[in-house]
Amino acid sequence: MTLLSAPPRVVTVGAGLLDDALRAQAVPTVPVAWRPPLPGTAEALARVLADPRRHAANELAVSRLTSARPHLVGVRRASEVLAEGTFLHAGPPITWERASGPMRGALIGAMLLEGLAGDEHEAGRALAAGGVTLRPCHEHATVGPMAGVVSPSMWLFEVRDEEHGGTAYCSLNEGLGKVLRYGAYGPEVLERLRWMDEVLGPALAAALERTGPLDLRSLIAQALQMGDELHNRNRAATSLLLRELAPAVVEAAPGAAAQVLRFINGNDHFFLNAGMAAAKVSTDAARDVPGSSLVVAMARNGTDFGVQVSGLGGRWFTGPAGVPDGLYLGAYGPGDANPDIGDSTITETSGLGGFAMAASPAIVRFVGGEVSDAVRATRSMYEITLAEHPAYQIPGLGFRGTPAGIDVALVARTGLLPVVNTGIAGRVAGTGQVGAGLVKPPAEAFTSALLALAGSVSDPFE
Amino acid sequence: MNDAAAREVVLVRRGTYHDSVTLMRVSRALSDMPGVTAAMVAMATDLNVSILRELGFTIPETDPGDLLIAVRASDTEAAVEEADRQLTTFQRADPAPEHQPPLTTRSAARTPADLVLVSTPGEHAFAEALDAVEAGLPVMIFSDGMPVWQERLLKERALLQRAGDVLVMGPDCGTAVIGGVGLGFANVLRPGPVGVVAASGTGAQQVTSLLDWAGTGVSHVLGVGGRDLSAEVGGLSAMRALRMLDDDPATELIVLISKPPSPEVARAVEEAVGRLRTPVVRAMLQEGAPDLTEATERVLRALGRPVPEWPSWPSWPGGRPAAKAIKGFYAGGTLGAEAAMIAGSRDIVDYGDDAYTRGRAHPMIDPALRVEALAHTQDTDVVLMDVVLGHGADPDPAASLAHAVARAPATVVVALIGTEGDPQDLHRQAAAFREAGAAVFTSNAQAARHARSLL
Repeated sequence: MTLLSAPPRVVTVGAGLLDDALRAQAVPTVPVAWRPPLPGTAEALARVLADPRRHAANELAVSRLTSARPHLVGVRRASEVLAEGTFLHAGPPITWERASGPMRGALIGAMLLEGLAGDEHEAGRALAAGGVTLRPCHEHATVGPMAGVVSPSMWLFEVRDEEHGGTAYCSLNEGLGKVLRYGAYGPEVLERLRWMDEVLGPALAAALERTGPLDLRSLIAQALQMGDELHNRNRAATSLLLRELAPAVVEAAPGAAAQVLRFINGNDHFFLNAGMAAAKVSTDAARDVPGSSLVVAMARNGTDFGVQVSGLGGRWFTGPAGVPDGLYLGAYGPGDANPDIGDSTITETSGLGGFAMAASPAIVRFVGGEVSDAVRATRSMYEITLAEHPAYQIPGLGFRGTPAGIDVALVARTGLLPVVNTGIAGRVAGTGQVGAGLVKPPAEAFTSALLALAGSVSDPFE
Repeated sequence: MNDAAAREVVLVRRGTYHDSVTLMRVSRALSDMPGVTAAMVAMATDLNVSILRELGFTIPETDPGDLLIAVRASDTEAAVEEADRQLTTFQRADPAPEHQPPLTTRSAARTPADLVLVSTPGEHAFAEALDAVEAGLPVMIFSDGMPVWQERLLKERALLQRAGDVLVMGPDCGTAVIGGVGLGFANVLRPGPVGVVAASGTGAQQVTSLLDWAGTGVSHVLGVGGRDLSAEVGGLSAMRALRMLDDDPATELIVLISKPPSPEVARAVEEAVGRLRTPVVRAMLQEGAPDLTEATERVLRALGRPVPEWPSWPSWPGGRPAAKAIKGFYAGGTLGAEAAMIAGSRDIVDYGDDAYTRGRAHPMIDPALRVEALAHTQDTDVVLMDVVLGHGADPDPAASLAHAVARAPATVVVALIGTEGDPQDLHRQAAAFREAGAAVFTSNAQAARHARSLL
């Protein structure tokens, strides 16, 4: 139909008076609840939006993100892929001086695990003296939940994107409570990590050799339809993974099979780390498209919340990490909470986690609220994302694809920040997990990325 | 109420947004409350903050995204309560998830639509208009103040769209009529054979209102924005609009209304006109060319229809001293320019110009500036002013302006642009201005000639 062939249906944006005038003529309208963009972004927005590369660049970047086909191909000891004398950590780059309690705790634990220090004090001194090189996981095709510390004797899921050929890694999940990733480093923590190194890692490696690559895209799609959002709820995905692995574990490591399967079964979050590697390999496929304003990483180190954008290479744009708002375990309260930490926001970056909350009514009470809040959260994320995921669908929304691919320009225009589900780490090194909830990313991480993108655009003709 | 008894309050509502028209209505309602000596509810833009400071209010550190409520009154609590009551009637409650409104044009365009109407502040209009073009939708940009490079870019991108009807109307496009639907400031016009391409909103309103009086209706009115025929923009939208009307079976004749285009654009437009099957009547606003009323008469003759007398209501005889100077207080830029040409006056102010509308509503909605201007006239002045009716315009302009006309020392001549179908009631408006002492014309050209005759 052409414009002049019938009375038009009109989208109205701006003065309500002009929408009223159309309704007075019985014209159907779709009013936009417009509001001004985030302060200080108007000029940068115009430049970025005018960039002739943007539209095609974003289409390309987001289609790479949503077409990725992550497969779990193996597990490997980190010593095989990590440079000597280097530990990885979550979030944007951080120094020991600026590191928060749980990050310090996890680094100390890694020093003890690797036998690089005799006790926590010696470990702290060595770390303060720069005895170990600290690098972000993200710079090594890796992600890690919470502190995200990876040292040589830890094992990593290896996930390959069969569509674009990328590879990404994520550590193995230790379980809940007192665990290294939440900053605990007591004897039971180290003991578990040693068992994971000696028993779990080799058993899984042997099992995966038997199964061959596992299709995580299809596993995640199924888990969403079984009530997971793949960040704070991984119960269905863990069950599905266990089902795939169990026979092969029994065949490959008959002596350790019961222990291994019992360990996986005892941790509803066992799948989280595989899902994070899947999200990482998918978002990495969308990197480095010149002119694209797509977010390819959101990550926190417990001090800063950082963002990376496809068109801006490996640059980090940061703001202070916020303290999550949520429910606390036992006698812990907000005063015990550390600011937001972990690479697990890679799930939201790829359209899962908080973005898929509507798929997961079971967790809404845990993160505070009603089912309608979860639906509202997911629906609002369609306002700041570039696509709907073709495979990851939400039954309750009529099998609509999850909102995928955050656009910094849309964040600035709407003032809506990504909804992030997260665990809460204790503030003091050695405490462990104290709760879980929702956290609000700092707006400046997104606006400073937008300003940088505007600076990279050649002048529109004037 | 004296000022000594008045108290003052300034409240900041962080991150609360309402559009300027809504806020102006709220401010006006507060100002009308007994005991209120000053009231302004506005977004904390630099301009609004400086206006409030001039009014003597102390304004704390704010952000342009904050809402300011400033009141000086004997009972500030009551005034603030009223402000909140008014604002909540404009603000919908947290909607059920399935009714969450879209936040951008991009998001709204997921539902079936044929056209986007953008009226955000001009510095933010580009994003919404570009969303429309990228979604393959025609867009009318009512906003003014958009940088010209953005206009050029939007119109070039529209040409790249596969659909041939992605027309960019505006920026600063005040009026359009599409398929019988009036957009922006739009008169209620009968359907008919005349298609209009207009680089001037009020010019189009004048021509189509007169045609309506003559019993001739319009097929469509496509505004293109006042800068479209400039060298920078190159008439991209005008040429596309001409082709669209040429292809429209309901259009038998096209009127092209604009200020004189730049010579190279004029050539391109003439070439485009030459390729059309539909006859075109031009109304170019320049010395020696027919004025808008004459252009309308040419249209009627081209269609073989009779030209009527244009209605006017002469003023009651008054005892004013001899007039010495003509001043113009216009809401429509084109009407003001036509008046300047015919009346030979340089003292014509266009209150619809960007300079007067930044941070406040258009004078077709907000009479405040013209009410004030009328109060400052001399008894030897003749004031020419336009009053434009139709959808979107002040629902009762006579309510505020006729009172100001009656009190003004000057002799007032009103060009009343509207149709008998308009919601404001053309005849009631004419009677109100006539009773206030003004002479009233439906032809702006005739109003200007009358003003000159009074000198």
